Amino acid sequence: MSTAVENIPAGFDVMDQPLESEMTLSMGPQHPSTHGVLRLDLRLDGELVIKAIPDIGYLHTGMEKLIEYKKYQQGIVITDRMDYLNPLGNNLAYVMAAEKLLQIEIPERAQVIRVLMCELQRIASHMVWFGTSCLDMGAMTPFWFAFKEREKILNIIESASGGRMTPSYFRIGGLMMDLPAGFENRVRQFLDNFPDALNTFDTLITGNTIWQSRTMGIGVIDKEDAIDWGLTGPCLRGSGVELDLRRHNPYTGYETYDFDIPTETDGDVWSRFLVRMRELRESYKIVRQALERLKPGPIKADAPKVVLPDRDDMRKHMDSLIHHFLIVAEGFNVPAGEVYMPIEASKGELGVYMKSNGGPKPERVHFRGPSFVNLSALPVMSEGEMIADVVAVIGSLDIVLGEIDR
Amino acid sequence: MSEGLGKFVDALRDHDPEWVHSVTESLDEVTVTVPAGAIVEICTFLRAGHGFDLLADLCGADRGPEEDPRFEVNYHLFSTSHYKRIRLKALVSEDDPRLPSVSDVWKTANWHERETYDLLGVVFEGHPDLRRILLPSDFDGHALRKDYPLRGYEPYSMN
Repeated sequence: MSTAVENIPAGFDVMDQPLESEMTLSMGPQHPSTHGVLRLDLRLDGELVIKAIPDIGYLHTGMEKLIEYKKYQQGIVITDRMDYLNPLGNNLAYVMAAEKLLQIEIPERAQVIRVLMCELQRIASHMVWFGTSCLDMGAMTPFWFAFKEREKILNIIESASGGRMTPSYFRIGGLMMDLPAGFENRVRQFLDNFPDALNTFDTLITGNTIWQSRTMGIGVIDKEDAIDWGLTGPCLRGSGVELDLRRHNPYTGYETYDFDIPTETDGDVWSRFLVRMRELRESYKIVRQALERLKPGPIKADAPKVVLPDRDDMRKHMDSLIHHFLIVAEGFNVPAGEVYMPIEASKGELGVYMKSNGGPKPERVHFRGPSFVNLSALPVMSEGEMIADVVAVIGSLDIVLGEIDR
Repeated sequence: MSEGLGKFVDALRDHDPEWVHSVTESLDEVTVTVPAGAIVEICTFLRAGHGFDLLADLCGADRGPEEDPRFEVNYHLFSTSHYKRIRLKALVSEDDPRLPSVSDVWKTANWHERETYDLLGVVFEGHPDLRRILLPSDFDGHALRKDYPLRGYEPYSMN
């Protein structure tokens, strides 16, 4: 040490003693591993994190305020932009809240298509999580493999809705339009190759000892804390709580599908990783079952005052034309009341609180985003860990800032 | 979902009749309007004795400037053992928009209460860190109030 100190040019200090005080490091908001614009205030002792304070709001766009000024059907496109990796899930929660207030029945075919699309979207969302959380920890190759699979799903979604990341495919009372010709074959083709891709991921990452030593025992949150902090979805199941709203508060007919709820007990990054990897196979199973159930039938509810009529009907029937005009120009009135509609989105419980005063615009819509709540538990998981592990913990939470800031 | 929820309302009423102002049952959901001052005791009672261990959501709403009480705070309780949901509603007036914080009952309430404070101006007493969360710390006003214009009063500048 002494020789090194002698060689230092004049005017420079060398620190050969540990810091007497803690250091504050501002990580983000443009840091690539923060998955958007999250800023973390880290208080550090060397490489050890003493305190982590998340700072959010950089992406706040006032969606809840904006939705109060829009008709019910116009709100659907706003929800696309919330959790932009799982837009169909957002659409579903929003339209189901409105449908519950309106008390309209959705036909069987529309329900099956909703399940099918949502599970495809869940796979696509998990693909982004898998790719980016590996990339955060320095594994670049899995990212390309994962995005290749996601690309196929986005093409499928595009073929049905016209949009890749902003599909707005679900409408209050049913779907935007029926599936295009050849859709089922496209999904089958994807499904036939998907298990191979999953096996590739397992070979690349799951069985990788570097990956295991980077994730095992890191960012631990136990069962009681996980519930106390309101964690839901794969994060909660990684802590050993078997809770899946598709099973326990079923919606759109999920109770009739056969699937398992993967859980792990350790509550670390590795457990959350395993839960999501196994969930991919469960979603695959559900998509297969939904494909089997696709039977011809109506895709819109029988509610002419709410659901837009078919183009063909408008040319032939006067009342269809009137309904179309009224729905587009004035919207439809939703009975006064309030509902809370929770669904199991890819990241956890996505709840929509909707309050109506009887008019064509909602009085209040609140989104309970799973990312928002899961991120709030980040300090518990990362305090006491090394700074490089904070990145691993953020990756394992699978946050999307569009939903956190709304 | 609403079957079996009556026993929780009865339990609340049996424990203290003052705790239940009114009960609304519609669309398979049960809403219990409770006194704002006793919200911590009620939440502790439901969490400890009736399995409502997960606070799914906490959100405020503005009923309009002409209403009194003007604000409502909704607590969506969920149970990870019997999978039932119940909504508690506490009303606070515009002149004194205060109610006790439940962040000691559920830690997850921390950020939800910060958000409600930020966007509606409802103050949660006893909250460990009641700062703005979504809007900048020097933002003027509370954006989700009904009398706050959609596009704000003037262009916001980061300076």
